[in-house]
Amino acid sequence: MSRLDRAGIAKLVAADIPPGSYVNLGIGQPTLVADHLAPDSGVILHTENGMLGMGRAADGDEVDPDLINAGKVPVTETPGASYFHHADSFAMMRGGHLDVCVLGAFQVSFTGDLANWHTGGPGAIPAVGGAMDLAIGAKQVYVMMTLFTDSGAPKLVPSCTYPLTGLRCVRRVYTDHGVFLLGEDGVAIRETHGIGEADLRDRLGL
Amino acid sequence: MTRERRSAASRSTQVHESADEAVAGVCDGATVLVGGFGTAGQPVELIDALRRCGAKDLTIVSNNAGNGSHGLAALLAAGRVRRIVCSFPRQKDSHVFDELYRSGRIELEVVPQGNLAERLRAAGAGIGAFYCPTGVGTPLGQGKETRTIDGRDHVLEFPIHGDVALIKAQQADTLGNLVYRKTARNFGPVMATAAKLTVAQVLSVTEPGSLDPEVVVTPGIYVDRVVACPSPAVLAEEGAGG
Repeated sequence: MSRLDRAGIAKLVAADIPPGSYVNLGIGQPTLVADHLAPDSGVILHTENGMLGMGRAADGDEVDPDLINAGKVPVTETPGASYFHHADSFAMMRGGHLDVCVLGAFQVSFTGDLANWHTGGPGAIPAVGGAMDLAIGAKQVYVMMTLFTDSGAPKLVPSCTYPLTGLRCVRRVYTDHGVFLLGEDGVAIRETHGIGEADLRDRLGL
Repeated sequence: MTRERRSAASRSTQVHESADEAVAGVCDGATVLVGGFGTAGQPVELIDALRRCGAKDLTIVSNNAGNGSHGLAALLAAGRVRRIVCSFPRQKDSHVFDELYRSGRIELEVVPQGNLAERLRAAGAGIGAFYCPTGVGTPLGQGKETRTIDGRDHVLEFPIHGDVALIKAQQADTLGNLVYRKTARNFGPVMATAAKLTVAQVLSVTEPGSLDPEVVVTPGIYVDRVVACPSPAVLAEEGAGG
């Protein structure tokens, strides 16, 4: 079995989202999860710029500059959608009302620390958006990422070297090479793709 | 320090004929809250009027730091902004900000988006400060007072008060009651509460009684000036970001 592509990872995440959940999908890769949710799942998508019941991306005449998602992409509304202002939107997160959020990451530590907002590199402009609020707010934080950088360095690491987004907040990490469950007892490997578990443990130093 | 309360004379909402009139009197050095998330809800006509009025040395509080070369980006390009407080300055089309920042010509305070909203809400609600779990253990929580509440760490966050708020809504009545449209609502309602002078641009201003009181989002008590801009600029969204 080979490693998963982005759609393959998104499918795995979508399959693990309980029906009827309120879910925030972070900008970038996590938005792909929406394409793999079953139509009858009853999952309601939250976008932090003030909407519950976000629908698919808008197409043609549907494009409305007043209706965009957190990535500033025009979207549609589903029946039963609602709008609210930013303080209410983030109260929803911080108050623990969202069941799941799915975020991308530069790095996740074995203990669930998340780094996904800033490389800290020279000339890099810091921009956090809603990442820190989501990291501490949702009941479950899932990360979707490739397991290794282009140069082969692991992104699931003993301790993050990039600036942190949140401490001990990530519960699951979905990657091209496997799914990892992070808990009190450390890292558990749920499944592997395109690599044996022993090799994977070796490459990650688990 | 006690904050200045609105004076009796400024309590009723004024309807202005032009955006220039609506932003008149903004002083150099003012802190200006600017609504919008990217281009959605960005009060472009008010920002353009602010640029024309010549006020400088401004602190801008807004989610983003301008898109393309219009609206907030044009105000930045005109060199009127000393400092910007925002959650997501870097976007695909934030060329103006990027250049100012990299050449050290603008100060930046990055604030997590929810803290930005809540700090504005706190300002409008008369809250002195609040403990918040967002940002604990991160560079944005560093140096802040922390406290463990129910076993969870929190950092102390202070309100953000504006001298002026410039926001965009869909419709106002002459009492300043506002309704918004879809995700263009975003920061408008909280910013309206957090400034000494709140100015709203809307598509139309109608008589009292024309808005269903059940759907008014911002009650007129928060709004000092309204101006109808019936065909506002629709900025093309080039970027992505949070």
